[in-house]
Amino acid sequence: MPENDFFRVEGLTKRFGGLTALDKLTFSVEKGMLFSIIGPNGAGKSTLFNCINSLYRPDEGKVWFRGKEITGLNPHRIAAAGIGRTFQNIELFANMTTMENLMLGRHLHMKTGLFGAAMMFHRRSRAAREEMVHRERVERIIDLLELQASRDKFVSQLPYGTRKVVELGRALAAEPELLLLDEPAAGLNNEEKEDLIFWIQDIRREFGITILMIEHNMQLVQDVSDRILAINFGKMITEGEPDEVVNHPEVMKAYLGG
Amino acid sequence: MFPNSLIQKFTFIPAFVTTQNLQPHGLRSLRCIETSDFFCIYNLQCRLAGHIMSEMGFAFMSAEMKRSYYEDIQPLKGWPARVWFVVLVAVLVAVPFVIKSYYVYVLSLMAVNVIVALGMNLLVGNTGHISLGHAGFVAIGAYTTVLLISGAGVVFPVALVAGGLIAAAFGFILGIPALRLEGPYLAIATLGFGIAVTIIIGRVELFGGHMGLIVPKPEIAGIDFSGDRALYYLVMGIAMLMGFAMRNILKSRLGRAFHSVRDSDIAAATLGVNVARYKTLSFAISAFYAGVAGGLWAFVLGFINPGLFSFVLSILFLATVVVGGLGTILGSVLGAVVITFLNLQAESIQHVPVIGEVLIWISQNFMTVSGLPNVSWIFTGLILILIVIFEPLGLYGIWIRIKIYWRTWPF
Repeated sequence: MPENDFFRVEGLTKRFGGLTALDKLTFSVEKGMLFSIIGPNGAGKSTLFNCINSLYRPDEGKVWFRGKEITGLNPHRIAAAGIGRTFQNIELFANMTTMENLMLGRHLHMKTGLFGAAMMFHRRSRAAREEMVHRERVERIIDLLELQASRDKFVSQLPYGTRKVVELGRALAAEPELLLLDEPAAGLNNEEKEDLIFWIQDIRREFGITILMIEHNMQLVQDVSDRILAINFGKMITEGEPDEVVNHPEVMKAYLGG
Repeated sequence: MFPNSLIQKFTFIPAFVTTQNLQPHGLRSLRCIETSDFFCIYNLQCRLAGHIMSEMGFAFMSAEMKRSYYEDIQPLKGWPARVWFVVLVAVLVAVPFVIKSYYVYVLSLMAVNVIVALGMNLLVGNTGHISLGHAGFVAIGAYTTVLLISGAGVVFPVALVAGGLIAAAFGFILGIPALRLEGPYLAIATLGFGIAVTIIIGRVELFGGHMGLIVPKPEIAGIDFSGDRALYYLVMGIAMLMGFAMRNILKSRLGRAFHSVRDSDIAAATLGVNVARYKTLSFAISAFYAGVAGGLWAFVLGFINPGLFSFVLSILFLATVVVGGLGTILGSVLGAVVITFLNLQAESIQHVPVIGEVLIWISQNFMTVSGLPNVSWIFTGLILILIVIFEPLGLYGIWIRIKIYWRTWPF
């Protein structure tokens, strides 16, 4: 029964013209897990995320989250249901500061309306109080991810590695129950990768967030994942414990081309 | 709209002494004074299309301590800002007693245009849309206000707000196609709207056709505001209130949502921002500002007719925010003041030695309809081109340079 699973994808299919990017993909994720998805370039991993987020409409199949079907809802409703994400190519708000980017993560949790915002004249006005409460939450995330130095800088001025971290922080600020990480380690140097592994573990421990992660870096995947799903050409190759999957002959074939 | 390379030329200017993080979290503490820091290169931060923010000043000149997060969103933060604000208000209150009545009228026009520019900038600078139809919203606001007072006997303040709300409703409706249109396509759609409004108004008897309407006296609680001075105070007060309201909106959750839609609507949606709602809301607020401004404009002019709300006016509104500085409140204000002034005063260019003579000569020899309007339009256009070429951040960029110059003055 899909209703009992925390998160479940069932028979998800997405075609772009003649190309089938996702082919009847089915898997489920338990609460609290770190579930990784691996596969060579063009295997359909990012397409899967975009379907979950409703940035694409899947042609067939369903997505279930906490007992409710979320297929085809508006992207902002999916965010409101508790699914956050980061992007492979970093989708930050480049002309805003790190602080403002993180504050946008709090958007769902804030209630200030048009009139309340316009009347934000005083420290004790409702809008100002709400602003300060959420600023406090964002400062905690800044401390956790050590972003103090970039707080008031514009994102377009930050180095690539820092931007990745800001994007992670922004997703965290939204306090999702399920976090989709699209290649969080891509383009990071070794030191930054180690930090990232540390943070991912920290995030799971402190926030209890379930994570669905796409990653190419096998070391990182093996270190942090509870379960791994391997896909190629939009189809599942195998799913299981990290060691099993990594040593699976089809997976090795897909990666090494042998 | 402007490539980053244009903005980057501002990043050389001196800035930032190290800051330390003390309690409470994230508030910039006293900037430390160390000789090595004097020669630190500051980092001037800028925003898309001329939105720069400077967070700077040498330590010993502007020591600054923040004690609460509120100080980041406070209007008129710190005593210098408050003092200057009081000075500004005092000047604005005193000025009608000093200058000629005509200039009081000019100031009122400026204040009206500031209101339009504030709304326009929300749409263009902050949400990243374009509108060439704002004259339509101004017209809707003006006609609604006037007709409600003279036709239905509604009191002035209610009619003014109603004019804004009706314009906002039209803005909301125009915002719906804007969800699917961008850039040049949206420009054409809004242009069509603006022109259609003017034409329809010109053909309907209720609106007085091409002859227009005579505007009744503005009265609030029995007090007549029709005198130049009284009207000036009224318009200026409303402009100031709406300016602060806009500032607050931009500092709040809504302002961030507008920016997020501009910068990346995909990311905005995955953070729970209802992109469609904020796009239409931005149109509606922008139209509300234009509508209220329209209502006030009618009283400043004393009459309205469809010819006033031509599409050239829409283009001037767009020019106002681009020249002033996109995405900033101060930009809206500076832009509106300068464009209004140019629009009314450009004729005096003929008295300037060489340039005036050349312009008049061009007008007389090459143009079929010769005369002063030609000269002033050439001059206005020239100024706009020069500002956009040499100061892509608009007048706001010039202001920031002046500020930095004085902050770091002895150096």
